[in-house]
Amino acid sequence: MDHLDAEAHTRGRSRYVDDEPRPAGLLQAAVVPSPVAHGEIRSLDLTAVRDYAGVVAVLTAEDIPGSNQIGSVLPDEPLLSTGEVHYIGQPIALVVAEDFHAARHAVARARLDIDERPVVVDPKEAFERGHLIADPQSVHMGDVDAAWAQCDVVVEGEATISGQEHVYLETQRARALPEENGAIRVLSSTQSPYVGQRTIAGILGVPLHQIEVDVRRLGGGFGGKEDQATPWACFAALAAHHTGRPVEIVLSRAEDLLMTGKRHAYRSDYKIGVTRDGRILALDVRHFQNSGAACDLSLAVLGRTLFHTTNSYFIPNVRVWGAPCRTNIPPATAFRGFGGPQGMFAVESALTHAAEALGIDREELQRRNLLRSSDSFPYGQNAATVRIRRCWEELDEGFDLEATRQQVEEWNDRHPAVKKGYAVMPVTFGISFTATFLNQASALLHVYTDGSVSLSTGGVEMGQGLFSNLAVVASRALGIEPTRVRVESTNTRRIANMSASAASSTTLLNGNATLRAATPLRERLLTHAGERLGSDPSLLTIENEQLLCDGEPTGWDWPKLVKSAYLHRVSLSAHGFYATPEIHYDEARGRGHPFAYHVCGAALVEVTVDGLRGSYEIDRVRLVHDLGRPLNRRVDLGQVEGGLAQGLGWMTVEDLRYDETGRNLSAALATYKVPDVYLMPRDLEVRFIEEPDTEAGPYHAKAVGEPPLMYGLGVVFALRRALRAFGRDGQLPFVAPMTPEQVLLQLQGDDDPSRLVSKSLGTRVPVPAEAVSS
Amino acid sequence: MASTSPLRFVLNDADLELTLTPDGSDPKLGRGCAGGTSVLDFVRRELRLTGTKEGCKEGDCGACTVLVGELDDGGRVRYLPVTSCLMPLAEVAGRHLVTIEGLDMGQANTVQRRIVEAGASQCGFCTPGIVVSLVAQLMDSSELESDADADCVDRSLSGHLCRCTGYRSLRDAAAASFCDLRGRQGVPRLVNAGELPEHFLGIAERLQALQAPPAEMNLDRPVVAGGTDLYVQQGEELPTREVTALRTLLPHRPELRGVRVEGGRISIGALTSFEDLAQSEVLRKRIPTITEFMHLVASWQLRNRATVGGNLINASPIGDVTILMLALGAEAVLEGQGEARVLPLRDLYKGYKVLDLRPGEILTGLSFRDVEATEFVDFEKVSKRRTLDIATVNTAARLHLRDGLIHQACLAAGGVAPIPLLLRRTSEIVRGRPIDRETLSLAVAEAQSEISPISDVRGSAGTKRLLVRNLLIAHFAKAAGMEPSDFFLPNAA
Repeated sequence: MDHLDAEAHTRGRSRYVDDEPRPAGLLQAAVVPSPVAHGEIRSLDLTAVRDYAGVVAVLTAEDIPGSNQIGSVLPDEPLLSTGEVHYIGQPIALVVAEDFHAARHAVARARLDIDERPVVVDPKEAFERGHLIADPQSVHMGDVDAAWAQCDVVVEGEATISGQEHVYLETQRARALPEENGAIRVLSSTQSPYVGQRTIAGILGVPLHQIEVDVRRLGGGFGGKEDQATPWACFAALAAHHTGRPVEIVLSRAEDLLMTGKRHAYRSDYKIGVTRDGRILALDVRHFQNSGAACDLSLAVLGRTLFHTTNSYFIPNVRVWGAPCRTNIPPATAFRGFGGPQGMFAVESALTHAAEALGIDREELQRRNLLRSSDSFPYGQNAATVRIRRCWEELDEGFDLEATRQQVEEWNDRHPAVKKGYAVMPVTFGISFTATFLNQASALLHVYTDGSVSLSTGGVEMGQGLFSNLAVVASRALGIEPTRVRVESTNTRRIANMSASAASSTTLLNGNATLRAATPLRERLLTHAGERLGSDPSLLTIENEQLLCDGEPTGWDWPKLVKSAYLHRVSLSAHGFYATPEIHYDEARGRGHPFAYHVCGAALVEVTVDGLRGSYEIDRVRLVHDLGRPLNRRVDLGQVEGGLAQGLGWMTVEDLRYDETGRNLSAALATYKVPDVYLMPRDLEVRFIEEPDTEAGPYHAKAVGEPPLMYGLGVVFALRRALRAFGRDGQLPFVAPMTPEQVLLQLQGDDDPSRLVSKSLGTRVPVPAEAVSS
Repeated sequence: MASTSPLRFVLNDADLELTLTPDGSDPKLGRGCAGGTSVLDFVRRELRLTGTKEGCKEGDCGACTVLVGELDDGGRVRYLPVTSCLMPLAEVAGRHLVTIEGLDMGQANTVQRRIVEAGASQCGFCTPGIVVSLVAQLMDSSELESDADADCVDRSLSGHLCRCTGYRSLRDAAAASFCDLRGRQGVPRLVNAGELPEHFLGIAERLQALQAPPAEMNLDRPVVAGGTDLYVQQGEELPTREVTALRTLLPHRPELRGVRVEGGRISIGALTSFEDLAQSEVLRKRIPTITEFMHLVASWQLRNRATVGGNLINASPIGDVTILMLALGAEAVLEGQGEARVLPLRDLYKGYKVLDLRPGEILTGLSFRDVEATEFVDFEKVSKRRTLDIATVNTAARLHLRDGLIHQACLAAGGVAPIPLLLRRTSEIVRGRPIDRETLSLAVAEAQSEISPISDVRGSAGTKRLLVRNLLIAHFAKAAGMEPSDFFLPNAA
C-alpha cells in the first residue's frame, strides 16, 4: 500500500497549517527575542513597536490571563520573560500585526536594556557551579568498584557528542481561530496536541474544553515538535484571545534555528574494564547532559540515556550516572533516539578505547559481549526480547564482515594518503515511553451507512506513515479495503488526553487502540448478521469485504452488512482504549520493566578518508534490522533509511555550535548542513528480519521510528579506524560530529603548516634521491 | 521614482499584469508586491498558490523550487528550475513562471506516480519542489545519458533537502521516471505524452507578445544580479522595496551574458550564470573539470540564478568563482556613466567587502588571457559538507609548465584573509623552479606568510593554515602527475 497522502504531497495539494485558506482578518504574529544569553531586563521600551504601521497588539508577560508557564514536566519555563532571560532567542514580547512584514519590522524596533549576567554553555562547568535542572539520576548493577581488580585492562576517557538541529522542513507554526463563548480552535504543527491544549488552557486560565487543537499533518517533527511546538500554539492563542481575531505565527528558518530547542549535547566520562580474553567486566559512566535553560523533556531524555548506556552488551558490573545541567542555550528537547544515542556513544567509545588498549579488533570485543536473551539490563528488565546476536550473525555472514575487513586492509596497505575504515554499530533500543503513564492511547471509529470508515486516534502524522499504518490496521480488523478508511486529523475534541506521537510508540499505541475499537465493532456486526441470517456468529467472518459463514459466501458484502446494522439500530461507532501491559519502573530504585520490548539491529558502515583534505566519503552502509511483521514494508524501509540518514548527518556534517556568549554559530542552513543527496551512499542495503516474535503489535509489527538513527553512530568509529590506518595512535579523542575539520585536526593538528612534514601523510617508502633536493 | 511600471508575465496558464509601486503595493493585490518581493512570497502569500513551500529562504532546501521559462534565440521557451525565495518579482517580466500547480494534470504524472510508488514522499514538505526539479530535467530536451544515469539523478536532486527519506527512494523514483520517459524529453513530447498541460505549447507566442520595453538602470535602488547571497543577507528589507534586477537588461544588452573568445582572451559577461559556466564549451575545452567544479559548488537551482558578476561584486573572501577568476588572472570591466575602465581583479578588493568601485559604476564583465594547451588550471575546495556548501578554504591555480619547470604560476586562496586573496609572493617564488619538495617547501612557507585566517564556524585558523598547505600540494601534485604524499616527510625532524 502507498503512503496515504503521497499523491497529494507530490501535487502540492496537501495542506499544512498556513496552507489552509485564510479567514478574514487573519493577523500575523512575531516574537521579540532576547539578544543575550543571560541577564535581567532593566527596561523594555516597546513604544516604537506599538507605533509601527499595521501593528495591532503588543503583548508581554503581564498580558497573560492565566499562568505564564509552559514547562510540561517541571514548571520552570515562562511563555514570555518576566524580567530575566536565560538564552538568546528567549521570547520577551509578542507582536501582532496586520501582515507578516509589519510584524517582523516592528519586532526590530523593540528597545531593550539588559543587565548581562555570566553565561554558561558547557555542561561540566554548569555542574561545577551547581546549575542543575534536577538531581542526578543513576542506574547500577553488580559491584563496579570491586570489579576493576579482576580486569586485565582498564581505560578511561571522555566522549563528547554535540547536539543536533531537527531541520524539520516545515518550521514551527500555528493558527488560532477564536470561536463563540471564548473558545479557541488552534491549528498547530505539533506532535503533542494534548500538551498544547493543556498549556494553552493554563496560559489563558480556562478549562481544557475551551481549547481545541487540531493537527492534520506535520512537515517533519523528529521530536522537535513535541514540547517545542507548544509555545507557538500558545502565542497564536494568546493573541487571538486579546484581539478577538484569527492569528497565525509562522517562524522563519532563521527564527526557528535561533529560538527552538535541539538535541542534547553530552560530555560523558567513562571507565571500562576488560579481561584479556575480551570480556567486558565493568563500566562506569558519568554523563553531563547539556539540558539548556529549562527542563523541557530533559529528565526523560536523561533517563533513556541511562537505559541505553550499555547498548547491546551484557556487562555484569555497571554504574551509569547522569546530571541534567542547566546552561544558557535554548532548552534542549526530544529528538529521534531521545537520549539513547548519547548513551550508546559513550559505551561504544569506551569499548573502542578498550579494544585498542587490548590490541584486539573492536568488532571482536563487541561480538563477545552481545546480550543473550537470558541476560538482564542494568535496570532489571530481562533481555528476553533481544535478538541482537541473531542480527549480528546475519550481518557477519550475510554481508561478509571478514571480506570487508580484508578489502579495507589491502586498500590501506597500498594507499598512503587515502585510507578506508569500517565499523559495525549494533543497536538495542527499548520501546515504550519511559514514563509509564504515557503508554496509553484511544481511537474513535465511525462506520457510515455507505460502508466508508472514519478513524480518529491520538497519533499525529508527521511523515512517518502512521496514517497508512492505521488504515491497514482498521481495514484488516474489519476485513475491508484500506481505501474505505479515512484517517482523520488528530483533534483534541475527538480524542482526549492523548500522549505525544513519540518514543517510536505511535503505531504501537494507536494501532492497538484502533484494534480495540474495530474488534468489538466487528463482533457487533457479526452478531447482528448471525441474527439476520440465522447463523452461529462464531462461524462468521469478513474477508475481502465479503461476509463469510464457515468460509463460504453468504451473499452479504460489507455495505449490505453495514446498512442492515444501521436499519436495525446497531451502533456503528466504537471507542477503543489501549494501555501497554506489564510495564513499570521505580525511578527511586532505578529498577523495573520500562519497555514493552526491544528492537535490535546492526549496521556495517564503510568510509574513505582523504588524508590531505580531511574530507571523506561514506562508501557503503549495509544493515540488518529486526522488524517483526511489518504493517507496510515500504513505510518501514523509509523509516530505517531516513533514520540512518539523520544519524549519519549528525555524526558527520551537522555541526551545532554555541560560542561562549551563548550565540548559535550555525543558525542558518548555510552553516548548519544536513545530508544532501551526495552525502548518502548509493551503496545502501537494508535487510529485514521479519518474525512475529512480539505480542505487542499490532499484528506483530515492531516499532521502527527511532532505532535506525543510531546506526549512524557507526560512521564515527569507521572514520577512527581509517585515521588509525594513517598511523595515528589510540590517543585520538572520541568526538562527534567528525567534521572534515575534526578529521584533519586529528590527523595533522600537530603539524607545522609551513613545513612539508607530517606524521600522517609522509610516504613510508624511501623517496628517490633526485626528488629530494635539500 | 513616482512612476508605476507594469509587470507582465505568464503564471502557469494565466497572463498577469501587476502594477508595482514604490511602496510595494499593487492596487488589486495589496502589499507584498514590490519589485524586490521574492517570487516565493508573491505566489504563496499573495496568490495563495501554497504548493510552493518555504523551507529556509536561503536557497539551501529547494522546497520553493519553481520553473522560469524564457524565450531563447530560436524563439523557443527554455525552462530552468530556480529557488523562488531568492528571485525578485521584478525579474519575472516577460517570462513564464511555473509552480507545482501549473504542472498539474488532474492526476499524478509519471514523476509523481514514481515518487508515490517508491515511498519517496514522507512528510511531503519537500516533495512539490522535487517534482518541479525532476520535471525540469525531463523538459530539458537533451538526451538522458542512459536509462537511469546515477549522476544525472543526483544532479536533479542536488538542490533539495529531504529530512525524511535518506534519498534512496528519491533516487529510485527519479531514475524510474527518467527511464519511463526516455525519448520523450522536451516540452512538446511531454505534452503529447500527457505529462504536461496543453497550454505549454502556446507559451512562446504569449511571451513574444509580452516583450518589455528597455528596462531602466536605476542604481539608487538595490541592484540584484543573481541575488543568491543578497537575498540571504537582506531578506527582511528587499521584499518591501523596488530593486534593479540586472537580468531584465539582458534582452537589450545580450553581451552581458556568455563566454567568448576574443583576441587571445576569454571574456565572460557579468550576468553569465554558474550553469552557463558549467556548460560553456569554450571553458570545458580549456578547463575540463569546470563542469564538475560548478556542480560541486552550487545546486542546479542556484547555478541557474548565481552570476559571475554577482560572485565577484559580493566580495566574499570565500567566493568560489572569484578565487578561480583571481587565479586565471582576470581583469574586471567596470562601466560608469558612459565610460568603461579595466581593473585587474586582484586590485578590485580593498578590504573586507570593500571594493574599488566608483559611484554609479557596475561590473559588466571580465576577461583573462586564453588558456594554452600547456597550461594547467585547477581548483580545490574543502567544506564541511563536500557538496553545495560554503568553503572552509578554497584555492585555485593556473600553472604553466615548460621543460619541466614552472614557467608561470598564479595561485589564489579563499577563506584565509579579509579579501579573496591572490597569493602573489607564493606565485612568484615558484617561478622557474621544478615541482619538487624544495619548491613546495618554499611555496607553503611563503603562503603561510601571505594569509591571515581567522577562526570561525567554518574552521579554526589553524585548520585553514593546514588546508592552504595541503591544497597547494594538491595543485602541484596534480600538475606533476604525482601523489601528494610523495612531497611529505613522515617525521618531524
